[in-house]
Amino acid sequence: MRLCAEHVDWRVHGRRLLDDVSLTVEPGETFGLVGPNGSGKTTLLRVLAGLRRPKAGRALADGRQMQTMRPHEIARAIAFVEQQADTLDRLAVRQAVALGRTPFLTPLSPWSEEDDTIVDQALAEVGLETMAERLWHTLSGGERQRVHIARALAQRPRALLLDEPTNHLDIRHQLSILRLVRRLPITVIIALHDLDQAMDCDRIGVMEGGRLVDIGPPREVLTLERLRHTFGVHADFLDDPEQGRPVLRFRRAL
Amino acid sequence: MTDAARSLASTTAPSGHSNAARPARLVPSARSAWHWSWLAPLLLFAAVMAGTAIGETAIPLDTILKVLANHLGDATFAVDRIDAGIVWEYRLSRAILAACCGTGLALAGVVLQALLRNPLADPFLMGISAGASTGAVSVAILGIGAGTLTLSLGAFAGAGLAFGLVVVLAHTAGSGTGGGRATQAAGAIILAGIAGSQLFNALTALIIAKSASAEQARGIMFWLMGNLSGVRWDDVALALPAALAGLAICLWYRRALDAFTFGADSAASLGIPVRRVRGVLIAAMALVTAAMVSMVGAIGFVGLVIPHAMRFLVGSRHTRLVPASALAGAIFLIGADVLSRILVAGQVLPIGVVTALIGAPAFALILIRGARTR
Repeated sequence: MRLCAEHVDWRVHGRRLLDDVSLTVEPGETFGLVGPNGSGKTTLLRVLAGLRRPKAGRALADGRQMQTMRPHEIARAIAFVEQQADTLDRLAVRQAVALGRTPFLTPLSPWSEEDDTIVDQALAEVGLETMAERLWHTLSGGERQRVHIARALAQRPRALLLDEPTNHLDIRHQLSILRLVRRLPITVIIALHDLDQAMDCDRIGVMEGGRLVDIGPPREVLTLERLRHTFGVHADFLDDPEQGRPVLRFRRAL
Repeated sequence: MTDAARSLASTTAPSGHSNAARPARLVPSARSAWHWSWLAPLLLFAAVMAGTAIGETAIPLDTILKVLANHLGDATFAVDRIDAGIVWEYRLSRAILAACCGTGLALAGVVLQALLRNPLADPFLMGISAGASTGAVSVAILGIGAGTLTLSLGAFAGAGLAFGLVVVLAHTAGSGTGGGRATQAAGAIILAGIAGSQLFNALTALIIAKSASAEQARGIMFWLMGNLSGVRWDDVALALPAALAGLAICLWYRRALDAFTFGADSAASLGIPVRRVRGVLIAAMALVTAAMVSMVGAIGFVGLVIPHAMRFLVGSRHTRLVPASALAGAIFLIGADVLSRILVAGQVLPIGVVTALIGAPAFALILIRGARTR
C-alpha cells in the first residue's frame, strides 16, 4: 500500500506539531522515522494511520483520502502498533491477537473458522504459537510487543505503522523485533530512536520541530552534519567489515 | 518463523504457569458459553420465585404459581386473598424490579470499567446518584414543582442535569491535547465525574442542613441508601424495558467493548469510532442508571463489584461478561432485597446497606482467591 501525506499541518493550542509535511511511502518499503523527542514522529504516524485528521493538507492511502474512509475500512488496510499499550484485564495471548479481527466483524456476524486460521497465522508469524494460552500479565515486555504486532498482523494489513516498538526492551528483543518487522512484505513505517537501527531501513525521514527536514536512504540522510544539527551529538562513522556498512559511534552531546 | 523468534518461543514456552491453560481458546469458549445459556432464564426464574416466597410470612411455591396462573393465564385457582395480594401486589413486582435494577447497574459498571479502563469506575461515577439525590431533596424538602413532581421525577431530572454537567466539563477539559487524545479523554471523564459528584453531594447536604426537619432528613437518608418499599407494577413497566434495552445495547457493542482492552487509542486503530461508541454507550448507561436510581435510590456496590466478580468467573471478553453480569446483578439484588427484609425482624434495612455488607466480604474473598490463582 502506498501511504502519502500532502502538506499536512497539525497543531494543538496554537503549537505546531506538524508543519507542512509531505511524504510518500511506496508499497513494500520499510520506512524509518527519526528525530529528537517531541519532533512530531508520533503525530505524523497517527495521521498516516488515519487516526488523526490533519488540520490542513491530507493523508492518502493508495490514492484515497483517509478523511472520506470509514474507521473500519482504514483498519482493514492499515494497522498501528502504539508504544507500550497495556491492560489490567486477564486475557490470553490468543484473545489479545483475536482483537485484530475486530474491523472485519459486525455485531451480527459470528467468529468464523477463517478468523481462527488468521489468528493462528499471525501468532506463528511472530513466533508465539506455543504461548497462545499464556496470560498477558505473565509476559515480558518483548513478548507483549510481539503480541501487539501479531494483533496488528491479524488485521491482515497492507501497511503496518509502529511507534518506537523497541522502547524499553532489552537488546535481544529489540533486534528480534526489528528483524521480524523488516521481513514483512508489506509497507512498514516505523518510528525509531536508535539511529543505528534506522540504518537498516530502505529510506528514512528526519523530523525536527514538526517539519520533515530530510528524506532518503539512511546513508545519505544521516550525515555527521545532520547528527550535529538535528540531534545535537558529535558522532563518527566506523567501518564494520562484517556488516559491510558503517556504524555510528556517538562521541558526546553538544 | 525466524530463528530469533524460535529461540524466543522455546525459552519462554515451557515455564509452566498453573493458570496458563485456563482461559480456553476464544471460539470454543464462546461456544461452550452457549451450552450454559439455557441455565440463565432458569436461575433468574428461581431467584424471582425465592424473592417472592421468602419474607416475614413465608409463602409456599405452589401458592405463588397459582397466583401467577390466575393473573397471567386466566386460571381460577382458589388462593387466600391476603396471600394473593402479598404475592402479586407486593413481592413479585418488587423482586422483578430488584432484578431489573441489578441488571442495569451491573451492566453500567461493565461498560464504564471497559471504556474508561479504570477498575474503580461504577455507575455513580458520572455524578448520577449525586444529582439524583439533589433532585429528590429539592422535590421533597424544598417543594420544587409544588406537588406536581414525584420524588422519582425529581431524582431523574437531577441525575440528568448532573450527567449533562459532567459531560460538558469532561468535554471542555479533555479536548485539544495531542498524542493519545482518546486515552486522556477517559481521564477527563473520571475527574469531571468526581467534581460533579462532590458538587451535587454538597448541594444535597446544604439543602438537608438548611431546610429539613429531623424526620425529613431521616426519610431522605433512607431513600439515598436504596429502598425497594412501595414498588408498584408501574415501576416495573419502566425498569424492565430499561434493563432489556441496556442489555441489548451492551451485546450489540460487545466487540467494540473488547476493542478497548488496550485503551481507547488502540480501539481507534482497530476501526472503532471511539467518540461515537463511547458517547452512545455512556449516555445509554447513564439513562439506565438514572431510571433505576430515580425509582429505588442509589444502591451502591452492585455496579462496582458484580463486573469484577464476573471477570474472575467468565473472563473479560464481553460476549460472556455482559450476559453473566446482567444475570449475576439481577440475582444478587434479589438476594440482597430478601435479606434486607428478613435480617432484622419487623424492620426493612436499606438495601444499599445489605449490598455493601454482603458484597464487601464476598468481593474480598474473590480478590484473595484471584490473587492465589495468579
